[in-house]
Amino acid sequence: MITFSFYLFAITVIIAGLGTVMARNPVHSVLWLILAFLSSAGLFVLLGAEFVAMLLVIVYVGAVAVLFLFVVMMLDVDFAELKAEMARYMPLALLIGVVILMQLGLVFGVWTTSDLAEGQRAAVTPDDIHNTEALGLLIYDRYFLLFQLAGLVLLVAMIGAIVLTMRHRPGVKRQDVLQQMWRDPAKTMEMKDVKPGQGL
Amino acid sequence: MYEFFTTTGLGIALTLLGESLLIVVPLLVALAFLLYADRKIWAAVQMRRGPNVVGVFGLLQSFADFLKYITKEVVIPAGADRFVFFLAPMMSFVLAMVAWAVIPFNDGWVLADINVAILYIFAVSSLEVYGVIMGGWASNSKYPFLGALRSAAQMISYEVSIGLIIIGVILTTGSLNLTDIVKAQDGSYGLFSWYWLPHLPMLVLFFISALAETNRPPFDLPEAESELVAGYQVEYSSTPFLLFMIGEYVAIVLMCALVTLLFFGGWLSPIPGLPDGFLWFVAKACAVFFMFSMVKAVVPRYRYDQLMRIGWKVLLPLSIAWVVIVAFLAQYGAFGGAYARWTIGG
Repeated sequence: MITFSFYLFAITVIIAGLGTVMARNPVHSVLWLILAFLSSAGLFVLLGAEFVAMLLVIVYVGAVAVLFLFVVMMLDVDFAELKAEMARYMPLALLIGVVILMQLGLVFGVWTTSDLAEGQRAAVTPDDIHNTEALGLLIYDRYFLLFQLAGLVLLVAMIGAIVLTMRHRPGVKRQDVLQQMWRDPAKTMEMKDVKPGQGL
Repeated sequence: MYEFFTTTGLGIALTLLGESLLIVVPLLVALAFLLYADRKIWAAVQMRRGPNVVGVFGLLQSFADFLKYITKEVVIPAGADRFVFFLAPMMSFVLAMVAWAVIPFNDGWVLADINVAILYIFAVSSLEVYGVIMGGWASNSKYPFLGALRSAAQMISYEVSIGLIIIGVILTTGSLNLTDIVKAQDGSYGLFSWYWLPHLPMLVLFFISALAETNRPPFDLPEAESELVAGYQVEYSSTPFLLFMIGEYVAIVLMCALVTLLFFGGWLSPIPGLPDGFLWFVAKACAVFFMFSMVKAVVPRYRYDQLMRIGWKVLLPLSIAWVVIVAFLAQYGAFGGAYARWTIGG
């Protein structure tokens, strides 16, 4: 059953990855990417890392890919022009691809693991502890500083994005909700008794 | 025979299929009556009669609507992306259903008793936004697209605060498993042991966020039928529209079930001494659904900027503050360990 599930998810990841690269329409590309994320989450579940799997779905699919989709949908892309550009750079791209493939082959072709290393390979999570708990113990205890620093980096990035995009334009009418809520009907409304045929 | 269903691959698959059907079919039937109840309550508040023609007291109205939806013509807009156009409603329907796999209806009555159940529900509900975006985009029309963006922004905003609110409950329980969360609420004081009391502020916040997350009034900006066109579903008709609608209502019922599980002790009986059971769960979920309907009937619709302001400037800071407060209360065992149920073992 697990083998079957593994192949199902693995093949889906590969097909979805190909779809991401080959799709003509960028929106379809993003949708394929989402499928790839979901299937990789499935692979994580098979590994016994269900917490990471759920985070992958929540963070990447639920948040990051939505932003991708927003941007891609609103872009006005000329596909014909894009294709022409791609054809021009195709030889170079192929060359780079072949070089990387060769390098990977050279590295992993001679990859051997000693029996000692195989023997020391531990399970993904300790047996007696949930992997949420295991991760929590590591992140908030052993790697606390690194975790905090990562948070700090994100905070800096967020502040940077806000600083880059925030502009103060004078003369813009803004709606202040508090001011609206505290408006007094007695001061802002006036009853007029309009006689028929006269108007105000 | 028993061994076939528990050991062989085909047997297990068939068992799972049967169990899934056991959840999906009653859920859909219940949904038909909940839809009817929704309309009746709404009508009663406005001193109307509501559906009263089909069947006794109009009880079969939802089934008549169902037949009407599936027999109408499916209209596909010119220039629509046909595949994505049909994928979107199916996705929102399937995702709404899939989340029910981890809901415990009674002690042990759960399809998948996984350790990260609450994260799973959170993940699935964060996927639901894709049905909306894809539907809006694939229609190849301005209004659905704008509606989809509006709706997606709303759903993403409120997901953040829902996540933080749930963290408070998780901290108190010490587990992400929904069965454990319910069991942690089992105490000698009956309904006063449940989480609604220690987490009362978060119950209110969760209810508000749930309304916004499921696009219910007063936050139904995505499909504000009386002032805007119907948002991302403008171009949908017939069965695809029905799928969107069922998906939406199943998500609402799921939220009711979640409120029940997280704050009202799931299947636990409110009075010590009475037996716990499935019926308590149903009764509580229906009571929460009644609240959803009442809110729809009595609260006027929010403006979009007010909606965003409440989400980001009110609910989010409050829920973050609550997480910090609960963490302290749990750590120092305040109120006899009411906030740290894992320490007192129950």
